[in-house]
Amino acid sequence: MSLHVEDLRVYYRTLAGDVKALDGVSFDVADGEIMGLAGESGCGKSTLGKGLIRLDGRMRYVGGHVVLDGEELPIWDDAAMNDFRFRHVSIVPQYAMSALNPTRKIGRMIHELLRTRGASGNGVQQELERRLELVGLGPDVLGLYPIELSGGMKQRVVMVISTLLDPSLLIADEITSALDVSTQKAVAQTLVEFRDRGFVKSTIVITHDIAVLFQVADTILVMYAGKLAEKAPAEEIVSSPRHPYTRLLISSLPEVGVRHAEQELHGIPGRPPSLLDPPTGCRFRDRCPLATDRCLQEPPWVEEDGRGIACWEAAPVAPAAPSVLVEAR
Amino acid sequence: MSSAPPTALAAPADTPQLKALGGPKPMSSLREAVHFALGNRKLVFGISVTVAMLLFAIVGPLLASHAPLAYGGDLAAAPTTHDGYWFGTTLQGQDVFSQFVNGLRLAFIVGALGGGIAAGIGMLVGFTAGYRGGVVDEVLNMLTNVVLVIPTFALLLVIASYLRVRGIMTESVFIGFTSWPWAARALRAQTFSLVSRDFVDLARLSGRSSWKIIFREIAPNMSSYLFMMFILLFGGAILIAATLDFIGLGPSNTISLGMMMQLSVQNAALQLHLWWWFLPPGLAIMAIVGSLYVMNVGLDEVFNPKLREM
Amino acid sequence: MLRYFLRKLFVYGLTFVLAVTIDWSIPHLMPGNPVLTLMGRIQIQDPKVAQQLYAHYMRAFNLDLPLWKQYWYFWVSLFHGDLGTSILQFPSSVTSIIVHAAPYTLGLLIPAILLSWYAGNKVGALAARRKVLDNTVLPLGYALTATPYMWLAIILSWTLAVIWHVFPVGYGYDPTATRGFTWAFIGSLAYHWFLPFMSLFLVSFGGWAIGMRNMIIYELESDYAHYLGALGAPQRLIRKYAFRNAMLPQITGLALSLGTILGGALVTEIVFSYPGLGYQIYRAITNEDYFVIQGIFLFIIIGVLVANFLIDIAYLIVDPRTRTGMMAGGGS
Repeated sequence: MSLHVEDLRVYYRTLAGDVKALDGVSFDVADGEIMGLAGESGCGKSTLGKGLIRLDGRMRYVGGHVVLDGEELPIWDDAAMNDFRFRHVSIVPQYAMSALNPTRKIGRMIHELLRTRGASGNGVQQELERRLELVGLGPDVLGLYPIELSGGMKQRVVMVISTLLDPSLLIADEITSALDVSTQKAVAQTLVEFRDRGFVKSTIVITHDIAVLFQVADTILVMYAGKLAEKAPAEEIVSSPRHPYTRLLISSLPEVGVRHAEQELHGIPGRPPSLLDPPTGCRFRDRCPLATDRCLQEPPWVEEDGRGIACWEAAPVAPAAPSVLVEAR
Repeated sequence: MSSAPPTALAAPADTPQLKALGGPKPMSSLREAVHFALGNRKLVFGISVTVAMLLFAIVGPLLASHAPLAYGGDLAAAPTTHDGYWFGTTLQGQDVFSQFVNGLRLAFIVGALGGGIAAGIGMLVGFTAGYRGGVVDEVLNMLTNVVLVIPTFALLLVIASYLRVRGIMTESVFIGFTSWPWAARALRAQTFSLVSRDFVDLARLSGRSSWKIIFREIAPNMSSYLFMMFILLFGGAILIAATLDFIGLGPSNTISLGMMMQLSVQNAALQLHLWWWFLPPGLAIMAIVGSLYVMNVGLDEVFNPKLREM
Repeated sequence: MLRYFLRKLFVYGLTFVLAVTIDWSIPHLMPGNPVLTLMGRIQIQDPKVAQQLYAHYMRAFNLDLPLWKQYWYFWVSLFHGDLGTSILQFPSSVTSIIVHAAPYTLGLLIPAILLSWYAGNKVGALAARRKVLDNTVLPLGYALTATPYMWLAIILSWTLAVIWHVFPVGYGYDPTATRGFTWAFIGSLAYHWFLPFMSLFLVSFGGWAIGMRNMIIYELESDYAHYLGALGAPQRLIRKYAFRNAMLPQITGLALSLGTILGGALVTEIVFSYPGLGYQIYRAITNEDYFVIQGIFLFIIIGVLVANFLIDIAYLIVDPRTRTGMMAGGGS
C-alpha cells in the first residue's frame, strides 16, 4: 500500500488569473518511506502538501489523480475527503505552534475532536498517553492550556495528535522551520521514530532546509516553479545531484570548517518565474547555466534506477565536491 | 453613539474592534491599492456619500438664503421653494435648511478636530507604551485604563455644564481628550507586534532615536490601520457631539444638528408633525457615520488581501 | 488571579478618587457662584435680608470654608450618603431625587444592555455562517449602529406614538393611574417602558451583531480552525470553538460600551420624558442645578465602576487564560 500521485495540478485563483502553483507533478511514495520535498519558496511544495489533505479557499483542483492504498482520494470534494482526513491522510501543519485552541485544555480538545471523528474510548486514551510519553511529555500535559506549554512542547503535542489514528500518509509541512537547531533534531528524530514504530506508513516532509531532509528522508524530491526537477535517494541527491538546479542548490550550502576566503558562497542568480504566466519549456532555463535551445521545449520526466529527473542536459553521474553533509553522515 | 466603535477592527489584541482589523498590512504598491480601491463597492459607496455630504456642508451655507439663527419666516412652515425655505421653518420661523447646512459644517469640524486629537493622543500614548515597554508601559496602561473606565460622557456632561459659553473648538477638544483610550490600546498592541520585528532592531542598532524609529519605521507599516482608526474616531466624535448637543451642552450662538433635534423635541415638533425639522439632522448624522463605517470595511478589504472577494 | 483582581481594584479606586475630585473641583473652577444663582431665583428685595440669606447659604453649602476643607467635607458627606440639596427642586435632597429616578434608568439600561448583547451576538454569529443572512444583517447592523440614539427615539416616538397611537408618547406611567402594586399600574409602567427600551435595544443590537460577525469570521480564519478542518472535524465543532473564543472580546467590549449606552439612555429619556436620571440631568443642566448634576455624575461613576468590576469577574470565569495568570500584555 502506498501513495501514487499522477499529474497533479492545483492552481490558485487570483484576480489577475490562475497562479499555476502545482503544474503536473507525479511521484510515488512507498510504505515505510520518508520522502523529502524540497525547493525554494513558491515552488509548489506547500501547495502539494496542502492539496493532498485540504484545499484552502483559494486553491482550485485542476487535474490529476491521487491514489492512496489503492483508493482514489477525492481531493476536489471537501465533504468526501472528510472520511479520509485524520484516519488515512494527516498533516502536521506549518503553524503547529498555534494549532491548538487557546481556550481549551489540550486533553479536552483532543477528546472532543476524537469524538467527532468516531474514535473515542479508553483504548485511544491510553494510546494517546503512551505516545505522549514517547515524545517526552507526561500525561499531565492533557490538563494544561496551550499557553502553558513551550513552542517545542506544542509541536510535539501536535505531532502526536496528528498521528494518533495511525494514518497511511503523514504530511509534515515545514515542521522544523520555526525551531532552534537542537529542537529541530529532536523533532526530526521523532518523525523517524513514528515511522519505525509503524504509527505512519508513508511520510512526506516538506521543507526548504535540505540539511534536515538529509537526516530524515529516504528519498528527496526537488521541485522548482510548480514542477518536479529531480528525485533520488537522499544520499545521492546530496552527493551526486544531476539536475542543474539541484546542483546549484547543494553547492550553495555552506560547509562546516571551510573559510570564506577559501570558497565563496554563491546563491543562484535570478528569481523563479512568475507562475501566473509561466514560460514555455523548462521553467529553470532563464537561470540555468546549461540551458540550450532544446530547453524551450519542456523536458520530460525520466525515471531510472530509482532516480528521476526532468532535464535535457542532465549530466552523467559525476561526483561533485564532497560536501560536509556526506562527511557528517 | 460610539466612544468604542463596535465595527470591523480586528488585530491580535484584546478589544473586539481591534480583532476585526487584522494586523499591520504589507505595504502593497500604491497602484495595486488604488486598483483594488476603485473596485471595492463598499469603499466607493462610503467615500461617495461622505464626500457628497462634505460638499453639501461646504457649499450649503453659501446657498442658504437666511442666517441659521435669523427669524422672519412663516412659523412652522413645511418645505417650499418659496423664499429659499427649502427645508421649511422651525416653530419660531427660522430657516431649517440654513440650520441644517450649518450643522453639517459643524459636524465635520467636530469630527475632524475631535477625531484628530483623539487619534493624536492615542498614537502618542500607544506608540510610547508599545515601544518602550516596562515601567513606561505600566504607567501609561494605568492611565489609559483610568480614562477608559470613567464614563467619559458623564464627565463631558459635568464639565460642559459648568461652562457658560461653549465653542465648537472647546467641544472638539473635550471629545478628543476623552475618546483616545481605545485607540491607544489598539496601537499599543500593534506596536508590540511590530517592535519585535527585525527591521526595528536594525534601526535601533543604527542608533536612531526612539521617536525617529517610531515615525519612520513603525508608523508607516501601520499607516492603513491608523487611517482606519482615524475614520472611526471621526465618526465617533460626531455621534458624541450630537448627543452632547442634544442634552443642551452644544456650542453657544450657533446651531448644530444635535441642537436642532433638541429644539424640535422641546418645541413639541413631534406632536405638531414638523417632520422637516427633526428628520434631516438625524438622517444626516446616520448617513455620514454610516458611510464612514462602510468605508472602513471597504478599506479593510483593500488593505487586507485575505478579505478580498473573489 | 489575586494579582488580577488587586490590579483592577487599584485602577477602580484610583478612578473613583479622580472622578470624585473632578466632580468636586469643577464648580469651584468655573466662574459663577451657585449660591448667587439660587438667590437669583428667590429674589429678595431687602439687601440686608439678602446678605443674611447669602451668608446662610454659604455656610450651608460650606462655601465659606477654605478649599481643602470643602474637599474633605465633600468626601465626608459622600460617605454619609449626603449629596447636597437641589436648587431647582428645593428642598428635595439630591439623594432622594436620584433614588426616585434611578430605578427608571436602570430599568431601561439593564434589560437593553443584556438583551442587545445576547441577541446581537447570536445574530452576528449566525450571519457569519450564512451568506444570505449576512447580506441583510450587515447593512442593517451598520445602519443601526450609526444611528444616534436620540434620533431613533424620535423616529419611534413619532411613528408609533404620535402618528399611530400604538404606544404612549412619554412619561413613566399613565399620570391618571393610581400608583401601587396593582397589575394595572405595572402594566402601565411596562407600556410606557417599551418604546424607550426598544430604542436603546435596537441601536446597541446593531453594534453587537456586527462586532460578533467580524469576530467569528476572524476566529474561523485562525490556525486552530484550520488545523481542526484539516483533521476532518465537523463544522459545528469548529464553530463552537470559534463562538466561544469570539465571546471573550465581546465581554471586554461590554465594559467599553457602557459609557456609550449610558449616554444613549440619557437622551432617550429626554425624548420620552421618561422620569429617569437622564431626564433629571437634563432639567438640572437647563436650570443650572449644580448639586444635582454633581450627584448624578457620582452615582453614574459608582454604577459604572461596579458594572466594570462585575464584567471583570465574568471575564475571569470565562477565559481560562486569566486563571493561569498568564495573560500577556496589560490586560483590560
